[in-house]
Amino acid sequence: MSTDTSATVTETKTWSGGRSPFNVSYGKLMMWIFLLSDAFTFSSLLIGYGAVRFSYPAPEALVEKIAPMSHLSDDFIEQMQEIGAFSEKHWPSPELVFNHFPFLHGVHLPLMFVSLMTFILIFSSVTMVLAVEAGHRMDKKKVGIYMFYTILGGLAFLGCQAWEWTQFITEGATLEHNPFGPAHFAALFFMVTGFHGFHVFSGVVFNIMIYVNARRGMYEKRGHYEMVEKVGLYWHFVDLVWVFVFTFFYLI
Amino acid sequence: MSQSATANTHEHGHDDHGHHKESFITKYVFSQDHKMISKQFLITGIVMGCFGMLMSILFRLQLAWPDSSFQILETLLGSKWAPGGKLDASFYMGLVTIHGTIMVFFVLTAGLSGTFSNLLIPLQCGSRDMASPFMNMLSYWFFFASSVVLTYSVFIESGPAAAGWTVYPPLSALPKSMPGSGLGMTLWLVSMILFIGSALLGGINYITTVLNMRTKGMSMNRMPLTIWAFFFTAILGLLSFPVLLGGSLLLVFDRSFGTSFYLSDIFLNGEGALANSGGSPILFQHLFWFLGHPEVYIIILPALGITSEIIAVNARKPIFGYTAMVISIIGIAFLSFIVWGHHMFITGMNPLLGLVFMIFTLIIAVPSAVKTFNYLATLWRGNIQFTPGMLFAIGLVSFFISGGLTGIFLGNAAIDIQLHDTYFVVAHFHLVMGCAAIFGMMAGIYHWYPRLYGRTMNKTLGYMHFWLTFITAYMVFFPMHFMGLAGVPRRYYQFTVLPEFGIWENVNVLITFAAIIGALAQLLFLYNFFSSIFYGRKSAQNPWKSNTLEWTSPIEERLHGNWPGAIPTVHRWPYDYSKPGYDDDFIPQTVPDDGNLDELAHSHTQPAEPPSDEPKNVVHFSTLLARWMGLSKA
Repeated sequence: MSTDTSATVTETKTWSGGRSPFNVSYGKLMMWIFLLSDAFTFSSLLIGYGAVRFSYPAPEALVEKIAPMSHLSDDFIEQMQEIGAFSEKHWPSPELVFNHFPFLHGVHLPLMFVSLMTFILIFSSVTMVLAVEAGHRMDKKKVGIYMFYTILGGLAFLGCQAWEWTQFITEGATLEHNPFGPAHFAALFFMVTGFHGFHVFSGVVFNIMIYVNARRGMYEKRGHYEMVEKVGLYWHFVDLVWVFVFTFFYLI
Repeated sequence: MSQSATANTHEHGHDDHGHHKESFITKYVFSQDHKMISKQFLITGIVMGCFGMLMSILFRLQLAWPDSSFQILETLLGSKWAPGGKLDASFYMGLVTIHGTIMVFFVLTAGLSGTFSNLLIPLQCGSRDMASPFMNMLSYWFFFASSVVLTYSVFIESGPAAAGWTVYPPLSALPKSMPGSGLGMTLWLVSMILFIGSALLGGINYITTVLNMRTKGMSMNRMPLTIWAFFFTAILGLLSFPVLLGGSLLLVFDRSFGTSFYLSDIFLNGEGALANSGGSPILFQHLFWFLGHPEVYIIILPALGITSEIIAVNARKPIFGYTAMVISIIGIAFLSFIVWGHHMFITGMNPLLGLVFMIFTLIIAVPSAVKTFNYLATLWRGNIQFTPGMLFAIGLVSFFISGGLTGIFLGNAAIDIQLHDTYFVVAHFHLVMGCAAIFGMMAGIYHWYPRLYGRTMNKTLGYMHFWLTFITAYMVFFPMHFMGLAGVPRRYYQFTVLPEFGIWENVNVLITFAAIIGALAQLLFLYNFFSSIFYGRKSAQNPWKSNTLEWTSPIEERLHGNWPGAIPTVHRWPYDYSKPGYDDDFIPQTVPDDGNLDELAHSHTQPAEPPSDEPKNVVHFSTLLARWMGLSKA
């Protein structure tokens, strides 16, 4: 017994005797299953968000539409509070909260910055698809290039998020209090975008690992670029989740 | 053999799983072999189970003799938790909470499905190991860390979490609301988040292994029912635990970072509202029970799967209604996601919504009853071998019936409003998910002990263990139904100040005596379990004459890779017991068929040879039923 446990079996390669119902490797299947599970985590947060948000009345149409690109005075928040557009009683209109853009201080640009972030993230998904496709062609050089762009996109998104959080916090938003509306507004914002940002961050870390491996020729030696596909799945999922976060948090 | 095998390992690349010389650390501690991981889960589960059981004895003492003092308690627990030998009220709440948490999550989730999914999925599906042995190892160590954190939380100064195992806010969300809501609650949440990590890693592995790693010939409809049960258990865990993760994260933020997702206007110690409010404690209940309800099926499904297998093997008959069993597992799994509201009937839920939840809840009785009747029909006229494992499996059926019937009471919104949070609920879930699942687990342990350790457990001790446990379990939980119907609320520290409950004092004493005897009976099991590892009788290769693949892998030498040669090929379903026309009363799955095998279309009564003129000695169940009902005299 003591010796036999160390003796593992020679034919380990033949262990997948059965027909694979989804015709995918076990690794890819595991990633899909993980994503399904993760989708439930995000759902719970977004449904919790919905439950809290819709317990408040809808934002009142107190302000006539402020034209985009119009001038924002320094006491914009106070003005909004005065006319009641920002109050504890109802959920604020995201257009009035997220209307800043780096280097364009004092210009009303509703949701422009978050649209840019969304564009960056979706574009990084495009480069990820190109990396996967290059992997199918066993094109080591192209895989490296597109993975690099994907990592850049991820980092850019994280940078944008850092800027947005900074802006939001500078204006006085904390987990306990914010000048725009009910405390839940900022708390849920930090919670949901933070949880998503954590996923993007992990994704960037995975992408860097896979990028380094691909550049070192590990997958070429292995004969397939399935690892790129797997992180690709994760990356697309994170992107898809952002689409929901964007819709529910910013657009509605 | 070992020489050539080790020599061969050097030729493999890094892709291979577990091809290395194993030290003590890699073999027993950070093992990647699913069989060792299964033992790790089992023993951790048993240790945690002992903790949980001791806690129940402590608070049962308090309930039976609320005004007496036991000097030993002060000696053991110190003067803070048992001043003058009488249990402190906050500590009582802490004990109830940790007892529930340990039993539900650590014993009956990780200890049960962690043990048997790990052991049986690769062995019964015919694969070398789990899809990812490394993640499998991580799954155990996450669980271990989680157990350590939870156990540690019992010993901190402010006491363990005391908001009940469901940790409803605001009790759990306000650190100042009671001693146990401080550090103890934080540790509870940390422990739970680690546990969710473990469940996720394990679940991904189980599902992938079942879907992708079955051996040749092992089609889905030839899988043993154990595997079906573990498969859907893993799916349930995978889809419900993340929701608890979301809910717990929000709770952590409420507790520690000043948010108020779950906090509405609250006055604490009679002074001032909180800085933040406007949240809803009901939101937590929704998120919790979206996990919480599937969780009870995560507990019971593996036990039912184990029972299916053990009953079929020991009745020497094919399982009755294999397809119906599979469909009912799927039905239970699906329905379990849309019934969580029946835990919340008294939250002020819209009656229409309550009605919907009620209807779905009552529909679960259908697949559950299908399973019960199929067990009974399998036992019917079987050549029953009363092994300890079989007794425990039959015990499960008994508890599943008696506990399941009260589920129909509680599923009705109108009755539930009366019975909510009474001892009726305690009786119900202890019978149907506590006792039934523990009996399923015990059945599994006795049955697969030879597979785990190559030896058998002592039979006589097994019988004593079964009868003592079976009788005392009913003695503990059956009287609780009547207490609950009379309105005795659960989680109360003592009833002496409520005169209308004074009549139950003797009953409480009876229950406590039964609980103590039941706990002592577990000592028999512990002795039997641990001494048999070293001194048990050596088991035969296939001690129960079973068809499934785990008995084709050598039980003496525990190979990492399960089969020394090629993986066996499967030719038939696992329930060919007492098939007419064969010498043996079992035909292992590896035996080639005669070319015209369609096990699901034909019942076991289909003769393999051309029918002869001799009278049939096998009778259809339907014929028996008709005869029994007086419809047929044949």
